[in-house]
Amino acid sequence: MIRILKQIFRTGIVTEPLPTEIISEVEEVGAKLEEAVRKRFRGSLTIRQVDAGSCNGCELEIHAINNPIYNCERFGVHFTASPRFADMLLVTGPVTHNMEIALRRTYNATPPPKIVVAVGDCGCNGGIFGESYASLGGIDKVIPVNAVIHGCPPTPVALLQGILKAIE
Amino acid sequence: MSVLTDAITSALGTDIQFDKRQYPSSVICCTVPVEKFAEAAWVLKKKAFALLAAEWASDETPFGRGFCVFACYRWGKEYLIVRSELPSDNPQFPSLTRRYIPAYRFERQIQSLMGITPAGHPDARPWIKFEDWPAGAWPLRKSFDASKPLPRVAGEYEWIKAEGEGVYEIPVGPVHAGIIEPGHFRFQAVGEDIINLEERLGYVHKGIEKKFEALSWQDGARLAGRVSGDTTVAHAIAYCMALETMTDCNVPERANWLRAIFLERERIANHLGDIGAICNDAAFAFMLYQMSRLREIVLRTNHKLFGHRFMMDKVIPGGAAVDIDSEGKKEILSELDSISKDFEKLVIIYDESPSLEDRVRDTGILRPELARELCVVGIAARASGLNLDCRIFNPFPPYDQYDLIELGVPVLITGDVHARTWVRIQEVRESIRIIRYMLENLPDGEITSSFTPPSPDMSGFAAVEGWRGEIIYWLQAGPKGEINRCMVRDPSSVNWLGLEQAIPGNIVPDFPLCNKSFNQSYSGHDL
Ligand code: SF4
Repeated sequence: MIRILKQIFRTGIVTEPLPTEIISEVEEVGAKLEEAVRKRFRGSLTIRQVDAGSCNGCELEIHAINNPIYNCERFGVHFTASPRFADMLLVTGPVTHNMEIALRRTYNATPPPKIVVAVGDCGCNGGIFGESYASLGGIDKVIPVNAVIHGCPPTPVALLQGILKAIE
Repeated sequence: MSVLTDAITSALGTDIQFDKRQYPSSVICCTVPVEKFAEAAWVLKKKAFALLAAEWASDETPFGRGFCVFACYRWGKEYLIVRSELPSDNPQFPSLTRRYIPAYRFERQIQSLMGITPAGHPDARPWIKFEDWPAGAWPLRKSFDASKPLPRVAGEYEWIKAEGEGVYEIPVGPVHAGIIEPGHFRFQAVGEDIINLEERLGYVHKGIEKKFEALSWQDGARLAGRVSGDTTVAHAIAYCMALETMTDCNVPERANWLRAIFLERERIANHLGDIGAICNDAAFAFMLYQMSRLREIVLRTNHKLFGHRFMMDKVIPGGAAVDIDSEGKKEILSELDSISKDFEKLVIIYDESPSLEDRVRDTGILRPELARELCVVGIAARASGLNLDCRIFNPFPPYDQYDLIELGVPVLITGDVHARTWVRIQEVRESIRIIRYMLENLPDGEITSSFTPPSPDMSGFAAVEGWRGEIIYWLQAGPKGEINRCMVRDPSSVNWLGLEQAIPGNIVPDFPLCNKSFNQSYSGHDL
């Protein structure tokens, strides 16, 4: 136990010490995000992430915005297990033929008003997988999309910026 | 001669023909008549104790030949590919499933995607192909038009049922609670105890193997890097190596070393994330935050030095796309110092927390005998007593300098969640050590060499130890020198069976923990 406490105190709050070029970026987008979430979502934006067929690269970066360095919860952004609680769907990947129905169901289970954000080059237009028998292409081929975040995968900062843009 | 070829030649004698189109020359490929296909498997298992590494089929009608089915066996340092030719109408081959359990899914996949029947296979349900695909849709066949969307037909998947008093079912997925990939798990449980788990995968089938056939050899490397995003470096290396063996491309030494540095950094980043996530699934969130902080530091350095957090597209046919200078070296060395200092402190905490130990020990056990039967690879294998690692048994430079690198491979025998975590911990330490060695001894020179596409009808093979385990690529050049077939075998293709077998006997709340300790790729499996 002592060791755990020591490590916690020694590590301190790591949310701060970012390299200077990123620090201003994260702080800047964070401040705006917090403001927008406060104004439009009463301080709490709840996201349900859906993988509609990604290569899992995009998921790793969505995980990263939850890590203690980006710590998106401090801006009022958090992830939920159920689409029924979600304000926003963050959808990755080209939509595969085999995931199409599940994606539609998740979309229908999300109460309106809902915002759909397509993540990654694949989410935007199918990326390298394109359109084929197995891949239907971008998310907008299946459900209406409000905003897109480009990148393969988008960096954590780009994700935060994209979420901000979607709710502004 | 080698153990595998000796065994098969002594048993099948003149029925075997050795194939000259297979590269590298160390990987032997032989053709047997199709009726001997299963007999060959039996001989290799009984006489040579070989493990089945992969099984796949290719459509060779562009060469005017019909179909071909392949089984790749591994024993120690040797790989042997056994191949049989099949006619183009009503192609069939004798199933290997009764001899080798992993063939169970490989063959369902061959049947579903290539339309070749494994005669005698105990389970005719499709795999990856869903029940709502039209019956004759076999995407890997050359006659299939991959550009059109598939129509949906009616159909239902038949689940394995358990009956009896108090037995109930829990269906989970495909959309899971966390930020993870989709797949369906169906548990049969009595009270809290799981009596059976059935996996259903294929949700993220993007048609990757078919897509390769429409790409140039160069672009293929980009696609290989997106088979499973968390293993982008290892997949790209495996693809490039399989390709390079068919051409006379000599990858410069420095490029090989750089590839190895990328590979080890990928291993560290993923292991750090996994160790944290495993502890988090045992309600020890402290470790998740600490480990994800260390992971983020690694990714940041990658971004700064190599231009991408996961180093996607940094391995290209013929070499590497980024170099490292002396500043970069210094930066990595000091990064490793600070990570390793914090990491060691966290390992002590992991080791000394009884509440955590209680959850991870004796949970999700994959017994060594079963691991061997299932031919699992990578972390799952090493945690269950199998000493397998391509960096030692099928090395590329610099790993072939055993005496200098002295790579240590941890092997545990308990096969539980703790063992899989501990293997990762040891591997992080080892990777840190060898990256330091590689940086200090990095050879000078070019980082790319010119690359000419392979000639028609050649095939290339490569096996690379990614962070999950052995990744296999098998490439075949078509009549015009294009990609005729690219077979991808991610470690997950075999290890998912390991998870399924490790679960019965555990309680339902321990499933996420067990699943995390395997941490298989859905995308790498579904392709
Ligand atoms: S955008 Fe890139 S990282 Fe994201 S799913 Fe597509 S290939 Fe993977």
